Amino acid sequence: MSRVRVLVGTRKGAFILTSDGKREQWEVSGPHFAGWEVYHLKGSPVDPDRIYASQSTAWFGQLIQRSDDGGANWRPVGNEFAYEGEAGTHQFYDGTPQPWKFNRVWHLEPSLTDPDTVYAGVEDAALFRSDDGGQTWHELPGLRGHGSGPQWQPGAGGLCLHTILLDPRQSGRITVAISAAGTFRSDDSGKTWQAINRGLRSEGIPDEDAEVGHCVHHIAMHPDRPDTLFMQKHWDVMRSDDGGDTWREVSGDLPTDFGFVIDVHAHEPETVYVVPIKSDSEHFPPDGRLRVYRSRTGGGEWEPLTNGLPQRDCYVNVLRDAMAVDRLEDCGVYFGTTGGQVYVSADSGGTWAPIVRDLPPVLSVEVQTLP
Amino acid sequence: MSTDTPDPGTPSPETAMVRVVLPAHLRRLAQVDGEVRLSVTGRPTQRSVLDALEARYPMLRGTIRDHATQRRRAFVRFFACERDLSHEPPDAPLPASVADGTEPYLVVGAMAGG
Repeated sequence: MSRVRVLVGTRKGAFILTSDGKREQWEVSGPHFAGWEVYHLKGSPVDPDRIYASQSTAWFGQLIQRSDDGGANWRPVGNEFAYEGEAGTHQFYDGTPQPWKFNRVWHLEPSLTDPDTVYAGVEDAALFRSDDGGQTWHELPGLRGHGSGPQWQPGAGGLCLHTILLDPRQSGRITVAISAAGTFRSDDSGKTWQAINRGLRSEGIPDEDAEVGHCVHHIAMHPDRPDTLFMQKHWDVMRSDDGGDTWREVSGDLPTDFGFVIDVHAHEPETVYVVPIKSDSEHFPPDGRLRVYRSRTGGGEWEPLTNGLPQRDCYVNVLRDAMAVDRLEDCGVYFGTTGGQVYVSADSGGTWAPIVRDLPPVLSVEVQTLP
Repeated sequence: MSTDTPDPGTPSPETAMVRVVLPAHLRRLAQVDGEVRLSVTGRPTQRSVLDALEARYPMLRGTIRDHATQRRRAFVRFFACERDLSHEPPDAPLPASVADGTEPYLVVGAMAGG
């Protein structure tokens, strides 16, 4: 029977939650790297026992940890992230030039074909790659250098590259998202890049439909339909059907179109999940009711999913990398909250239950579907 | 209380055994319990002690000093003999009582919330 392994990054360590295919009884291991912020963990799709983790603190900086046995044992690998060449400047919040400075790794994306190759999205925004299992890292400088880099500015969480999508059909296509710069795509394995933000509108910037400057919170893609991308922007839920060349809004009847997470059902490329958050100044669910919204029409029309979720006095947030889906026949959907809960639905969102209730604030959730 | 100060006139010993105390997070990372004892060639300085520390425990590289600049990370402090050495030049000799192993060299995470 298939199993699932849920990888949870929190403000004070990592946790690994495992269950069989029923997803009712769970074992919890952790905290791994106790006391450190773990922004993200992710397993290789080629070798699920190979897991990479981003561990950091303001005190002691960045570490990358690697497990070769499914998270039972870990060892630190390379942690030197040096920008290529003259680092230059981006914009600070007030629009003044700010030297590029490495702060942390937000997201790790293992290659679809090689367990030793892994990408790292970092703050200040840049894309790095390792081809030796995380021992050494080199920047793909064409992203920062493609022209608009000096205009990029940080979102509230920093100038972070937080989303990395690898196209399973076109091996050289990489799509990334940066807060608050926007979305960028390479079709030559990261050598050259172009901004792909046409159709995005953001009221917080002087030119509302500028080429860059949009606070993209997260992007999701179904592997069978890689040209269709779903985006949760600061405000607005967006959709592209041409690999990001153009975007259109699909917020539809959502109670608020602010939020952080977005994901796509494992077997239904038109079924999409978001967690609406009240506003950019009130980072909690509207009316104190934690609701996942599901669209079965690729956006536009949304239904609230509430069964098993708190419907009063709930004021948690769900951060951008804290939702994932498994690939079991009855697709499981998972998300973690800043209140330390990790919820699972084993029936595509119909009913929910907490796996754990009292972890530190959850930063990221990934799930591995195992034989 | 020690009042040791560097004494450049003292002949350098060939090797010194320096005691280093790491903060809990870094002890766990380096998988050590208690103090670390490091053999340092010549009169110990902060740079030579940290070089020796990182040579024995490569996983600590980048956690105390920046990889590229070798400058102390902002939230890390260096204490010895009840003095804050964080802003001393990295190549200044350490106090004699650190060099002879009487007093430890402390790597400390700055107090800045939790």
